[in-house]
Amino acid sequence: MKQKGPRLGEPASLWRMRIVPIASVMFASAVPLMLPLIANSPVLPPLGLLFFLCWQLLRSEMWPVWIGLPLGLWDDLFSGAPIGTAVGLWTLASIAIAYSSQRIYWRGFLHDWAIAALLIAIIQSLAALITHPQADTRLVLGLVVPQIIISALLVPLFMRLTGAFDNFRLKRR
Amino acid sequence: MVRPAHRRPGQSRKAQYSLFVAYVIAVTGAVAGLLLAILSVVDPVGFAQLRVASQEITAPIARVTRSVTGSLSGIDDSVGAYVGAGTQNRRLRKELAETRRQLVATSSLQEENRQLKALLKLQETDKTALANGYLLTSTSTSAKRIALLSIGRNLGVAAGQPVRGADGLIGRVLTSGPSVSQVLLLTDVDNIVPVRRARDGLPALASGRGNGDLDVRTLNIANNPFKPGDILVTSGTGGLYPPNIPVAIVVRRQHDGALARPLADPGKVDAVAVLRPYTPDNIEAQGRPAPAPLPAPASAP
Repeated sequence: MKQKGPRLGEPASLWRMRIVPIASVMFASAVPLMLPLIANSPVLPPLGLLFFLCWQLLRSEMWPVWIGLPLGLWDDLFSGAPIGTAVGLWTLASIAIAYSSQRIYWRGFLHDWAIAALLIAIIQSLAALITHPQADTRLVLGLVVPQIIISALLVPLFMRLTGAFDNFRLKRR
Repeated sequence: MVRPAHRRPGQSRKAQYSLFVAYVIAVTGAVAGLLLAILSVVDPVGFAQLRVASQEITAPIARVTRSVTGSLSGIDDSVGAYVGAGTQNRRLRKELAETRRQLVATSSLQEENRQLKALLKLQETDKTALANGYLLTSTSTSAKRIALLSIGRNLGVAAGQPVRGADGLIGRVLTSGPSVSQVLLLTDVDNIVPVRRARDGLPALASGRGNGDLDVRTLNIANNPFKPGDILVTSGTGGLYPPNIPVAIVVRRQHDGALARPLADPGKVDAVAVLRPYTPDNIEAQGRPAPAPLPAPASAP
């Protein structure tokens, strides 16, 4: 018996399940360069990185650990940091999340928040230091501190957003 | 969240290998990425074309959002004022608010009119302008201050050309793509501009702090000669930037120089002009009258 169209309650298509997370990270990486904002300092939180970390904390099994390579390369094209910075740092973050999800047996919301905030702080600081290797270290770190604080406070919001995207991703027909 | 069950792939050799391979790829890739990053700091030209090509993708959207909303500005100003908190900063913010109130009072049309007029005059007096464009958008998530200019190689923009607005220097072109180009703003940490004090020609170097302000250091004098309110203009030393473009105004003395604010705020400036770099060839070309037409070939077989 051949059936046309989706059946009621059938799982979402494989394409949608795969594309939604990747597309959300890629769009979030590129969106700062679509806004008519000429910034004098790093004012926006690293949106792509926030989504990247939240997806991995929410669905630790979804992506292989090397997913930071292509997504980081895409982010590097738009962030202004030297190409390769996010490729390296995001992948190390994936490995750190994979490790932490093996170590911490019952990971709660506060754990997720702390892990995300810590990783953002490390990644943004290192990225700034790689971008300006000759400059005064204190000056460079001072640039990203406000951004790190804002990003850390925004993590719960991005968790919610990621959750909403996840519901859409897995929504049955 | 419960610990995921599938990380330990059990007895399946295939699953074990594929997990192992994923980690090998990730670690190799991460190391290669960081090496690449160091390489592209050392040689920034190598990957610049790749980046400007990718920004051709977002440029059309930036053009649309810019035309719809105009340019957002001031968000980072208030954030920056909090960071460097102090009485001086508070006073600056008050000044900024007043200025903005005045700006609102003036209609946007008048503002645009003024800038276009100023730019027209600039074009007449200054023969070095190559092309005029708009700043579309900028990087806002990293420590690098790069803005996207709405014109590229199609109008003769090339790397190394200085960019100025009606009020003062904006920066220099980093890379030019087919229809957009990247501008390294004056306030970037890596952007160093040779300047002199407009009043007496005291030479100094201005370098960005990355948060919208500039550090100014003198070249030779031990005691600190700067006073708040000093205007700095480009000196033309070292080529690249033509002399006498307004750069910044000193707001505070520091122990080894002064803190200055750029005169042209890239967030508020509307139209910008791309200039010819101040190189010996260009200086000669300006000073010389137009070349005489070539004489006809003397002999024809």
